[in-house]
Amino acid sequence: MPGRRSLFVLMAMAFGFAFLYLPILAMVVYSFNASRLVTVWDSANSPTLAWYVELFHNAPIMDSARLSFRIAATNATGAVILGTLAAFALERYRRFRGRALFGLLTTAPMVLPEVITGLSLLLLFVALEQAVGWPGGRGATTITIAHITFSMAYVVVVIQARLATVDRSLEEAAMDLGARPWKVFVVITLPLIMPAIASGWVLAFILSWDDLVITSFVSGPSSTTLPQLVFSKVRLGVSPDINALATILVLIVTVCVVTAGTYLVRLERRRLRDAQAALGAAP
Amino acid sequence: MNAIAGRWRGRLRRAGSARGTEAGRLLVIGLPYLWLTVFFLVPFLIVLKIAFANIQLSMPPVEPVVTWTQDQVLQLRLHFSNFSFVFGDSLYVAAFLNSLKVAGVSTVLALLIGYPMAYGIARAPGAWRNVLFLLVVLPFFTSFLLRVYAWLGLLGRNGPVNGVLLALGIVQEPLQMLQTDFAVYLGMVYSYLPFMVLPLYSAIEKLDLTLLEAAADLGCRPTKAFFTVTLPLTLEGIYAGCLLVFIPAVGEYVIPALLGGPDTLMIGRVVWDEFFGNRDWPVASALAIVLLAILTGFVLLLQRIQARGREA
Repeated sequence: MPGRRSLFVLMAMAFGFAFLYLPILAMVVYSFNASRLVTVWDSANSPTLAWYVELFHNAPIMDSARLSFRIAATNATGAVILGTLAAFALERYRRFRGRALFGLLTTAPMVLPEVITGLSLLLLFVALEQAVGWPGGRGATTITIAHITFSMAYVVVVIQARLATVDRSLEEAAMDLGARPWKVFVVITLPLIMPAIASGWVLAFILSWDDLVITSFVSGPSSTTLPQLVFSKVRLGVSPDINALATILVLIVTVCVVTAGTYLVRLERRRLRDAQAALGAAP
Repeated sequence: MNAIAGRWRGRLRRAGSARGTEAGRLLVIGLPYLWLTVFFLVPFLIVLKIAFANIQLSMPPVEPVVTWTQDQVLQLRLHFSNFSFVFGDSLYVAAFLNSLKVAGVSTVLALLIGYPMAYGIARAPGAWRNVLFLLVVLPFFTSFLLRVYAWLGLLGRNGPVNGVLLALGIVQEPLQMLQTDFAVYLGMVYSYLPFMVLPLYSAIEKLDLTLLEAAADLGCRPTKAFFTVTLPLTLEGIYAGCLLVFIPAVGEYVIPALLGGPDTLMIGRVVWDEFFGNRDWPVASALAIVLLAILTGFVLLLQRIQARGREA
């Protein structure tokens, strides 16, 4: 009886993972296909790296990739700073006026449809420009502000989960020994939540790097990000150089996530070992 | 003498540090609060305002709602015409209904595929569990746009899916799969599956296995034990997963735009077209307000579930 059930679960898992990964795999395979028709395999001239070469000589793609990278890095840094503060406020200050609204404001950007967030931010920027003359046209700055606003919510979730597991007695001990709150945060709390801050940064970077809808609302004519460029291309159908681009991005993300994953697991193990050693030495 | 001075110094320092704590607290709460108020809350009020404005040929293409007239009257003009237009036009109503249907069906399909997956991952032996978990997270980190794009090639006329169907003799002619509702459902389930699996996984992983052993000891068959023990105890994860898929799916733009046909009516796409195509900001805003009103209840529900999960 249990054997039959686990067979069902195994098959469901195999199906699920195949469903998740076959399309990505197909994209990778087709990126080496010489044919312009993409899905018709040209066995005479394939595999080829021709599309990769073309990709790196495509000035608009490289320019927009650079712009996207700059926006994503700025966004991630801003989102981590604000997100850490917000997570700390929600986790450590259990009671303050307007906490319920604050909680809603940090959850809603995550799930609200992007067309709503994008539209509302654009209308804000237009209204601000009429009222105070800032931001003076739309471009990288408005995109970055919009991205920080929605990616911050994800950072809050990641860091708040980590903060909840931090042993409060460590902070209290430091406080009893006379450390100021700021010093307690820098010396005790910050190192303990560093893995969450790192993953929050990566998450915010990727959300920004990937965003199309919100960006389209708040970008100007002179600022085309990579997703915007890709979208305008793929609306016309499959395109071989986009397959090459996708393969490179998948490769980068895989390397980053796997490295980060192994690093975090190792870090966690070392901390456990240290803690056990400290406990062993104590009595 | 020295002792007294020392005590006073200590007291002063504590007072100063208390003031520091207060300022710190204000900064920690105030800074993100201010940011979210300015860039998230206020914009909605502006959308609400524009939804009551009239369209005009200018930049921005809306009439001011509040005006100061020459004979010194402060005028507030709210046009309800945008809303009566939205509710009166069968196209918009159909778009709303269809979005809810597509999102609902996609959510159920994602749950049916995602639950056994999450169950399998949560019950997998230690080392495997981390690897499988990573495999679910990885697509989440890979470009959403490019993952939707991948289906353009797969479902195309001479794509591999049609190739397999033709080779097996299941169809004689290549199927038209792109630009259909089928492709939209497929894209939805595919893109949002990780959002479903992750909360389900954490709910199933928390489950106390001894309860299942107890059920088995009492002669309960595994299938019955699943429906009477496992399923009710993981309801929280099911709700969270369903809401995480459903809410964004209702307003989805990219998937219907790339995989759907011209007749695939979804509200995210309609808002986009009203805004960028017709440059009708007031109607786009009115549509956004209605969509927001529909989704607010779901968002509040999700927030309550997540808050409860954090306290547990």
